[in-house]
Amino acid sequence: MTDSKYFTTNKKAEIFELKAELNNEKKEKRKEAVKKVIAVITVGKDVSSVFPDIVNCMQTDNLKLKKLVYLYLMNYAKSQPDMAIIAVNSFVKDCEDPNLLIRALAVRTMGCIWVDKITEYLSEPLLKCLEDEDPYVRKTAAVCVAKLHDINAQMVEDQGFLDSLWGLIADSNPMVVANAVAALSEISESHPNSNLLNLNTQNINKLRTALNKGQIFMLDCLSNYNPKNDRKAQSICERVTPQLSHANSAVVLSAVKVLMKFLELLSKDSDYYNMLLKKLAPPLVTLMSGESEVQYASLRNINLIVQKRPEILKQEIKVFFVKYNDPIYIKLEKLDIRIHLASQANIAQVLAELKEYATEVNVDFVRKAVWATGRCAIKVEQSAEHCVSTLLDLIKTKVNYVVQEVIVVRDIFRKYSNKYESIIATLCENLDLLDEPDARSAMIWILLESFLEGFHDENTQVQLTLLTELVQQMLNLATQDSDNPDLRERGYTYWALLSADPVKAKEVVLSEKPLISQETELIEPTALEELICHIGSLASVYHKPSNAFVEGSHGIHRKHLPIHHGSTDAGDSPVGTTTATNLEQPQVIPPQGDLLGSLLNLDLSLPVNVPQVSSMQMGPVDLLGGGLDSLVGQSFIPSSVPATFAPSPTPAVVRSGLNDLFALSTGIGMAPGGYVAPKAVWLPSVKAKGLEISGTFTHRQGHIYMEMNFTNKALQHRMDFGIHTPLAIHTPLMPNQSIDVSLPLNTLGPVMKMEPLNNLQVAVKNNIDVFYFSCLSPLNVLFVEDGKMEHQVFLATWKNIPNENELQFQIKECHLNADAVSSELQNNVYTIAKRNVEGQDILYQSLKLTNGIWILAELRMQPGNPNYTLSRKCRAPEVSQYIYQVHNSILKN
Amino acid sequence: MSASAVFILDVKGKPLISRNYKGDVAMSKIEHFMPLLVQREEEGALAPLLSHGQVHFLWIKHSNLYCIHPTWCPWRWVWGLSAMVAAQAKRGWAEDRSCTAHLCGLGWGQGQVEMRVVARDRVEVRGLYSIYFAINGTFSLTLLPLVVATTSKNANASLVYSFLYKTIEVFCEYFKELEEESIRDNFVIVYELLDELMDFGFPQTTDSKILQEYITQQSNKLETGKSRVPPTVTNAVSWRSEGIKYKKNEVFIDVIESVNLLVNANGSVLLSEIVGTIKLKVFLSGMPELRLGLNDRVLFELTGRSKNKSVELEDVKFHQCVRLSRFDNDRTISFIPPDGDFELMSYRLSTQVKPLIWIESVIEKFSHSRVEIMVKAKGQFKKQSVANGVEISVPVPSDADSPRFKTSVGSAKYVPEKNVVIWSIKSFPGGKEYLMRAHFGLPSVEKEEVEGRPPIGVKFEIPYFTVSGIQVRYMKIIEKSGYQALPWVRYITQSGDYQLRTS
Repeated sequence: MTDSKYFTTNKKAEIFELKAELNNEKKEKRKEAVKKVIAVITVGKDVSSVFPDIVNCMQTDNLKLKKLVYLYLMNYAKSQPDMAIIAVNSFVKDCEDPNLLIRALAVRTMGCIWVDKITEYLSEPLLKCLEDEDPYVRKTAAVCVAKLHDINAQMVEDQGFLDSLWGLIADSNPMVVANAVAALSEISESHPNSNLLNLNTQNINKLRTALNKGQIFMLDCLSNYNPKNDRKAQSICERVTPQLSHANSAVVLSAVKVLMKFLELLSKDSDYYNMLLKKLAPPLVTLMSGESEVQYASLRNINLIVQKRPEILKQEIKVFFVKYNDPIYIKLEKLDIRIHLASQANIAQVLAELKEYATEVNVDFVRKAVWATGRCAIKVEQSAEHCVSTLLDLIKTKVNYVVQEVIVVRDIFRKYSNKYESIIATLCENLDLLDEPDARSAMIWILLESFLEGFHDENTQVQLTLLTELVQQMLNLATQDSDNPDLRERGYTYWALLSADPVKAKEVVLSEKPLISQETELIEPTALEELICHIGSLASVYHKPSNAFVEGSHGIHRKHLPIHHGSTDAGDSPVGTTTATNLEQPQVIPPQGDLLGSLLNLDLSLPVNVPQVSSMQMGPVDLLGGGLDSLVGQSFIPSSVPATFAPSPTPAVVRSGLNDLFALSTGIGMAPGGYVAPKAVWLPSVKAKGLEISGTFTHRQGHIYMEMNFTNKALQHRMDFGIHTPLAIHTPLMPNQSIDVSLPLNTLGPVMKMEPLNNLQVAVKNNIDVFYFSCLSPLNVLFVEDGKMEHQVFLATWKNIPNENELQFQIKECHLNADAVSSELQNNVYTIAKRNVEGQDILYQSLKLTNGIWILAELRMQPGNPNYTLSRKCRAPEVSQYIYQVHNSILKN
Repeated sequence: MSASAVFILDVKGKPLISRNYKGDVAMSKIEHFMPLLVQREEEGALAPLLSHGQVHFLWIKHSNLYCIHPTWCPWRWVWGLSAMVAAQAKRGWAEDRSCTAHLCGLGWGQGQVEMRVVARDRVEVRGLYSIYFAINGTFSLTLLPLVVATTSKNANASLVYSFLYKTIEVFCEYFKELEEESIRDNFVIVYELLDELMDFGFPQTTDSKILQEYITQQSNKLETGKSRVPPTVTNAVSWRSEGIKYKKNEVFIDVIESVNLLVNANGSVLLSEIVGTIKLKVFLSGMPELRLGLNDRVLFELTGRSKNKSVELEDVKFHQCVRLSRFDNDRTISFIPPDGDFELMSYRLSTQVKPLIWIESVIEKFSHSRVEIMVKAKGQFKKQSVANGVEISVPVPSDADSPRFKTSVGSAKYVPEKNVVIWSIKSFPGGKEYLMRAHFGLPSVEKEEVEGRPPIGVKFEIPYFTVSGIQVRYMKIIEKSGYQALPWVRYITQSGDYQLRTS
């Protein structure tokens, strides 16, 4: 008779019946009843009501029954913590049972009862079990420490459980060692700051000797260690390499992880380094013979390894040939790896295969194969011709989805202009087949591009017609007929640009396109490094940084590849090269999604900064310059005080927008200081594909600065980010990393009136897209330091300003006295005089804006009344409103 | 670090049994799994890793559960579907209700099928192919459980997959078959096993031989008062129990080499590798120390015997009993073996060898009328050797009918459910060349689907022969009682993943 009968007997009124059976005299009957209860749980029904009856069955010498009862407790203890306490005695007793299986069972179960109250009773028996004579109990107890830490971390640390765990690492039994290490690393992972797992030399030695026992956890643990010199690293590597021969693929991957990390520390010229590289290839190849899920995990990791160190597998490209019965996810992954491995030496073989794949049945796979062919053309320059002819053959098949992938042809054009124009004819024949937006826009790009190349040869009339047609029609269509705000906005931008300054417009729109890099679709180097440190884990399978996963509820600790300090030059360290490569490397192809972006944005240059245009195109990213925006009518533009191009004192491009009120130069440098508003989020990450910008304005030494903080909230690693002119951040912005930037602002140049007056529109561009945001700049940054008026002048001016220019405001809920107020306002708002009239404090203040406007204020305060009255007099009354806001925000802070 | 919970699901995604190891993932999250799976499948973006919010599902499918005894079916190209439907049929038979089946990556194409049991012996199916058809016949099928592990942390993915496969292996050894019924029948043991296999997300003992020592189906064994300690769990040598006794001490060594081959349509070899395994059957008393000597090139070079014929092993993997550091030092393979059968080691060689059985084929398809196939097979190995059980499977279009064959040796058979002709040759001596011709009719109305071009597959076995030339030079057996033990060695070469693409 099988156990499935327990599933069928559960009919109505069962709870009542079960209760009766559980209290039956006969042992056998009780056991049957408990089995039934477990069966009911398995089906997913609630049987928490029999809890007391189950606890009664706990006192038994029958192991099987005990297991079932404990299983029940694990399921329901959390929902009935009070009842669980009843069971404590039994746990404590079982922990001393002569039968080791029962001891272990009790230890295992009590950790799974997630009830805080119960833990204090358990620490003593647990300590005892950690020193049990039997290793089976010890190994279970070791895991229980980790469980306990999850419930009550403080207790584990206080009662010395961690020392016991370290003690167990030297245990004679491999299982105990493995569990102890696993428990320790689990604990340290959830508490990154507590430094529990201090990997000092002594502990590392312990781990190293234990290496043959419980490999995976040991290896994972070792990979967190940063040896001080290459000798130490080498000695660990020597211990780890034998593990590459382990039959378990997870062990192999963990060993690869340790080796990949420590390779960074070894000197590149040493024999050992090269030998190690050779040793890594065969195990990686063997991983391909596992089950498909294991293969998938391995392939994702190999993808990372290949990007980091292509030399390891460069001979092994044949392993990544696709087999007919591979699941699709493996096929796609293999294809990806092969693009990374493609080189002059093997390109013929690769292309022949790709062509073969392009005739397969699975659409996704075929498309990827076509796309890969195009990528090969870009990557292996010498064989571009071969690749292009392969592509042509494919296009001629006229299979719809194959032709759609001509997007890659666009990139080929960008890389090798004027070389493969012959494709265009073939592409045109298939124009009707293109129905996907990406493909169509790529096609338009290709056509226009080739057309414009011949532009100068056409006669004037043709040129004119073309120009009018294209520009007029398109702009009309875009600005008037379109419902899409992005489209309209860009239309207006160009329109304004054209009407204001055609020469600049030409520079903007027709400037050189950045080159297409041969290395495509790469993971950004620092992100790659972090992923390498997580080989084998989910992060490496997703290719997402580990902090995208919940690391307990605690902080995040990031891992980096160590940097080699040896004799080799600094260029070896991947971190060191980042900046350089970013400057030198040509632009990576933007995601396929934004053709418009690649058409227009990439080519934008800051029109006013003529001398800088050439250098701008080099840089990976540029701040969509102020010039452009200003033409459309914006108030402040970040000035181009050259941050990276020091010797060019470019004319300031910044304008202030307060009509022409502020269009005067700032004056003398004066005492620093002044009120600085806390940073506010200007551009939330949701709107800017993960880029978050927060900022504020300051006034220092007579200059206005825009303090910005850029944070990459995206999970993508390719968030290479930088502001170019007037300011460059050349370091790539890692996920969750932020950078502080101080952007000097200037108030020169033509201005336009904005609504509201202190509105500042800013455009930021990175390699993903251009983002616009606007922020309100508080007026206090415009207060200049020489705003103190003479007594007499003040009185005269006060009288001179007509009364209709006086505005009154209430400042509410402010609990400062007169002196405090005047000191609070010490940032360029000057108190001229203080009077006490009828119990009221009256402050007379003056301040001056950058453009020379004086504002006079009278502040009335009644002690005990938190509401102040602010009267303002100014020749330009529209400013007053903002001054009030400033007062309000300063005083309330 | 590892899995938070493990679920075994039935085909509809309902949990059959589950175990929560860490309590950091709500068990109800599993409800998201199946919809996610279906959605990804429709998008064609199925991967062994799915995630829903912060929960990640790592899943594998225990797939070798299909055993089909079909009778006649008029539309052969829907064979894959009908098999799948039949899987559902067994479930739906009694219940008479609609249910959904999922096809994924089992070689039957991908898609989703809806099925309704119309009568006791009739099933109506609507699927991706949007046709209605009925199947008659009896089916004996089991359902496929999915094993899913969830985690909310940055777990070690390959560890989890290895663990899941191990779990299935253990269940299979306990219950012979892993299926819905066997899990229900043994739910108490399944719980016990899940308890022993993993603790707090850390894999524990996963060796079924050892587990069977203290977790038994006959529960009364342990009930007899005193506890029987499972010594092997706690031994320093966790894979061997003490006190084993045999009258006759023997070791059987099987050296098995599989040849993986991938040849493209124009006959050039893309990939050719040899994967070898050495399997041991150990009947030895006590705690013996074993040392295995091979003609390993690295070893020969170390010991200065490089003139002798040797083999360069490219990547060697060992059973956990082998002392890896010792091998790394001086290439000595030394170990204390587990009792009974086990795989001692595996190795790989990518040295190019002449394909043992070479196939040339001409497949001519005349649309709307016929397919003509000519296959030539040549044994490219030593004349003294003979390949046994040769099976050459040649793909044919799924809508082909009325087969006719002519073979110079052996027999050919049409297997419609796999869309292949299988040409079997019982014994195939080296150096010989054989021919097979096949002729099929094609319907005048062509079906719409584009078919893939499956490769020609070859299966064979050549005894007393290794392609690589590997040899067991000695097997030293030392036990403190000093008995004499005999090692026996067998060699065999067989086909692995042996594919030749067709044009």
